[in-house]
Amino acid sequence: MDAGLFWEWVIKSLIIVLMLTAGFAYATLYERRVIARIQVRIGPNRAGPFGLLQPVADGIKLIFKEELTPAGADKVLFFLAPIITVLPSLVITAVVPWGDTVVIGGRVIRLYLTDINVGILYILAVASISVYGIVLAGWASNNKYALLGGLRSTAQMISYELALGLSFVGPILLAGSLSLMDIINAQKHLWFVVLQPAAFLLYFLASLAEVNRAPFDMPEAEQELTAGYHAEYSGMKFALFFMAEYIKMIAVAMIGASLFLGGFMGPFVDRFPWLGPVYLFLKVAVWLFVMIWLRATLPRIRYDRLMQLGWKVMFPLGLLNAVVTAFVVVLVGG
Amino acid sequence: MLQDYLPLFVILVVGFAVALIAVLLGMLFGPRRPTPRKAAPYESGIVPYGPGRRRMSIRFYLVAVLFILFDVEVVFVIFWAAAARQLGWLGFLAMLVFLIVLEVAHVYAWKKGALEWD
Repeated sequence: MDAGLFWEWVIKSLIIVLMLTAGFAYATLYERRVIARIQVRIGPNRAGPFGLLQPVADGIKLIFKEELTPAGADKVLFFLAPIITVLPSLVITAVVPWGDTVVIGGRVIRLYLTDINVGILYILAVASISVYGIVLAGWASNNKYALLGGLRSTAQMISYELALGLSFVGPILLAGSLSLMDIINAQKHLWFVVLQPAAFLLYFLASLAEVNRAPFDMPEAEQELTAGYHAEYSGMKFALFFMAEYIKMIAVAMIGASLFLGGFMGPFVDRFPWLGPVYLFLKVAVWLFVMIWLRATLPRIRYDRLMQLGWKVMFPLGLLNAVVTAFVVVLVGG
Repeated sequence: MLQDYLPLFVILVVGFAVALIAVLLGMLFGPRRPTPRKAAPYESGIVPYGPGRRRMSIRFYLVAVLFILFDVEVVFVIFWAAAARQLGWLGFLAMLVFLIVLEVAHVYAWKKGALEWD
């Protein structure tokens, strides 16, 4: 291992983390503008051209806000919970390729941080960790709403993680590998969404529940829980929870695009490798648009129905899809 | 081979640093004027009563136990899926038996009422 390789990793890590942070800032603006348009409003358009400086203004405001720590809160956990929540969302996309290889200054650079051969397992493992931050935030706040919100959120996330894991089985079976690079390369001619519509639907719904988005944004039900697990958080600590939610949306869209929509694959990407990140960005933008559209359209579903949908419909459906896909794969390839 | 995993530690450190800096920025620039009223837990404007951490429904534990049970199975299925083509019909039948047993357990928990929320 040479020092150049180490610095390459550091630079790529910084690019990924900072891109996700910037992506978060502009995802909030994107959401506000799109929802405003759907509701026949205009949305934030005063700060800078088209409201493009709005996220900066929001960030500056949050930095200068007073932060409250409730009496009776567990001080250490109260401080750590936002960090534990945001960290998994920042590192989960480390295994998602942005493109193939490019040459910069005579050095061959791979357009991804790393391509481990258990990429899918890494994604599942890191996704599980983000539950900790939320349950700890609810517990540390010493607030009844926060505790209930944290518990609900935890139960919801772990229930839908089963369906999420089973929806990965389809693409893995077709590609015969757990590496995301292999899965994307297997989609060179045909996207897996065509071959695996059921798995795609399962992934889409389970990932919505996983990132607590409408219509599954139960933990944040403002009418019953006054914002749920982050009820007592303010200032930058609140911003980190907000950041985690939006970065998870981006991460889920990136992973979903790689598994089902061909990732960075697109026309002419073989000849111009720089098109890879552009295609991935476009797919993520469309995916986020659908998520925002759903939030503007659908009402929140009731909690018992939510749990029943996860355990009684999506989990058996995922198993069935895995068995049928495996049957066909063995029949054709075996 | 093992070198593929080192970048994950690098991004973990970078991500932790960014998150820590964000929290510290807020602590550095935010004003700090605590009063007893501000430090009281938020309960929709009424005076809070009782402890904030009260007993919770056993259902949450039930869901957690079921999750651990079935999530381990899902991880097992994922690894089999990566090698399904090489394992052929024998592997498929073995997995089918395993999944049927899993589904029987799932139906059992269902009929016992472990998945009801009322």
